[in-house]
Amino acid sequence: MSLEILSAGPMLSVQDHGRHGRKRFGVPAAGAMDRPAMDLANALCGNPLSAAALEFTAIGGSFRAGRALRLAVTGGDCDIRIGERLLSAGQSHAVEAGEVVKIGALKGATWGYIAVSGGIAVPEVLGARATHLRFALGGLEGRALRAADQLPLGDADETAPCLRPRDPASRPGPNAPERAIRVVLGPQDDYFSAKVLAQLETARFRISAQRDRMAMVLDGPSLPAMRGHDIVSDGIVSGAIQVPASGQPMVLMADAQTTGGYPKIATVTTADLPRLAQLPTGADLRFEVVSRDEAEDILLAERARLREVLASLVPATGMTLSSGFLLSCNLAGSIVEPEAVMGRDLEPSKDMAQ
Amino acid sequence: MSKRAQHGLGGPEIVPAFLSVGDCALAVQFGDVIDADVNRRVIALAESLSDFPIQGVLECVPTYRSLLVSYDPALLRGAALEAALAERIAQLKVSAGSARHWRVPVVYGGEVGLDLEDLAREKQLTPNELIQIHSAAEFRVYMIGFAPGFAYLGGLPKALHTPRLPKPRQSIPAGAVGIGGQQGSINSVTGPSGWRFVGWTPWRAFDPARAEPFLFAAGDRLNFVPVSAAEGAEIAAAIASGESMPMPEAAP
Repeated sequence: MSLEILSAGPMLSVQDHGRHGRKRFGVPAAGAMDRPAMDLANALCGNPLSAAALEFTAIGGSFRAGRALRLAVTGGDCDIRIGERLLSAGQSHAVEAGEVVKIGALKGATWGYIAVSGGIAVPEVLGARATHLRFALGGLEGRALRAADQLPLGDADETAPCLRPRDPASRPGPNAPERAIRVVLGPQDDYFSAKVLAQLETARFRISAQRDRMAMVLDGPSLPAMRGHDIVSDGIVSGAIQVPASGQPMVLMADAQTTGGYPKIATVTTADLPRLAQLPTGADLRFEVVSRDEAEDILLAERARLREVLASLVPATGMTLSSGFLLSCNLAGSIVEPEAVMGRDLEPSKDMAQ
Repeated sequence: MSKRAQHGLGGPEIVPAFLSVGDCALAVQFGDVIDADVNRRVIALAESLSDFPIQGVLECVPTYRSLLVSYDPALLRGAALEAALAERIAQLKVSAGSARHWRVPVVYGGEVGLDLEDLAREKQLTPNELIQIHSAAEFRVYMIGFAPGFAYLGGLPKALHTPRLPKPRQSIPAGAVGIGGQQGSINSVTGPSGWRFVGWTPWRAFDPARAEPFLFAAGDRLNFVPVSAAEGAEIAAAIASGESMPMPEAAP
């Protein structure tokens, strides 16, 4: 049984933990931009964390369930409508066969995740289901999803309960932009003067609109390399901050190539890379340099924290928010029709609370 | 942050450095130039780690002059990995050349090898002379990168060194045989490229549907063998029907 896509946001794709073990053959990892958020979505649906889910940016889209399933949206706050029910992100919800799910605008975040029980069961390509758009690998025909696509679903036990985190504070929420993004210097920090290295920590950078699954270009002071901006190409990891001749730093993300010829001043810590990915365009950020040893400690502590969140999921009460309650909270007005945002329906969106 | 390794390798001229690449990878850098000896050491270390794995190492990416080593800090900390690698490097045996050798059929010129005649004119050669120089050279696969299965080839004769185009062309097909700067290449996927192209091979360096999706690996040697357009089409048809598949030369 499948999940039918009735309308799709601008960058809806199948993702999982990505392709590993073939980087020496030039195969980029791909995979979720915010893996902890995708892991939470899968766990809320009772899926193994290796299951594939949908990643979206800006808005999700609308979907018809080919069978009864559980569905969870994570990554940021988001308006969800299942049939006539208005529901929230961060917990799983039961969807009846044939029901339509509408997933609206993501608030305060950039990448959202939609998991369904059983996972998205497209065939694995080179060991993963993740879509790499540029090389057309994985996912559905290696491309972004669009209306009329049918996604195969894996088997699941639909007698299992819907889940939510025990501690609501662990739910997705607004990012904390005042927290620095921690980096480890290198591998080519010796291409930059002490002055430029100091600037990396003191300056404010801003997330520019030039961003996708391959890279995020940052606005801010130029970071000239005293030894030049060409190196003999070497290996790249996601999180690498490379500096081309423009001096404008660029953070390489999930879909980055495996090798490159620009000096890399520093590498964003694995623990902070999802937070960087989620910063909205136009947001300010600053970097803080930590040692490799500190970064490893931070990563191990972060993994333990995430394991704790996933281990403490409890059955959701099944409560749906009544439209009267939503109106009283003045929340319903923020629900967005995906079609309206996509410009396919320029009529003012109906007040769905009626 | 970079730190000089305490253990040398094969004389004082090549002392590997360990470079931090975040909290889940490091680079072992054997030099900072394109050089076959440096590259041999990179590949020897990659092979050593594949034959005798260090627990906690997840994967390795050999490039021209350094080896990227990814690890899981829950199993192995970066500092401990550096110590283990330094020990490994001190005992590393670098073999001169038992690498695989490929004889890659090329249809020179034509629609895909669209730069053949212009390049020959620029070099004051006839197209046949250019083909002769190109197909007489033995190339070395320094690394696979840029795209799945894309081989960076060293060994391009100096007479054929050619700068890349200032503005890349939008769509160059897979199988296009190119020249970029001092390097050769075989396009593995269709896409934009600023390289100049002299021919086309019916072989696919990358085919995700094939049992072995990637033909070439870092350290391989290869020669280009001129074939006619008709022979090229026959080879392509035989591969498509499953009658034949690209193979390296049998070991002597």
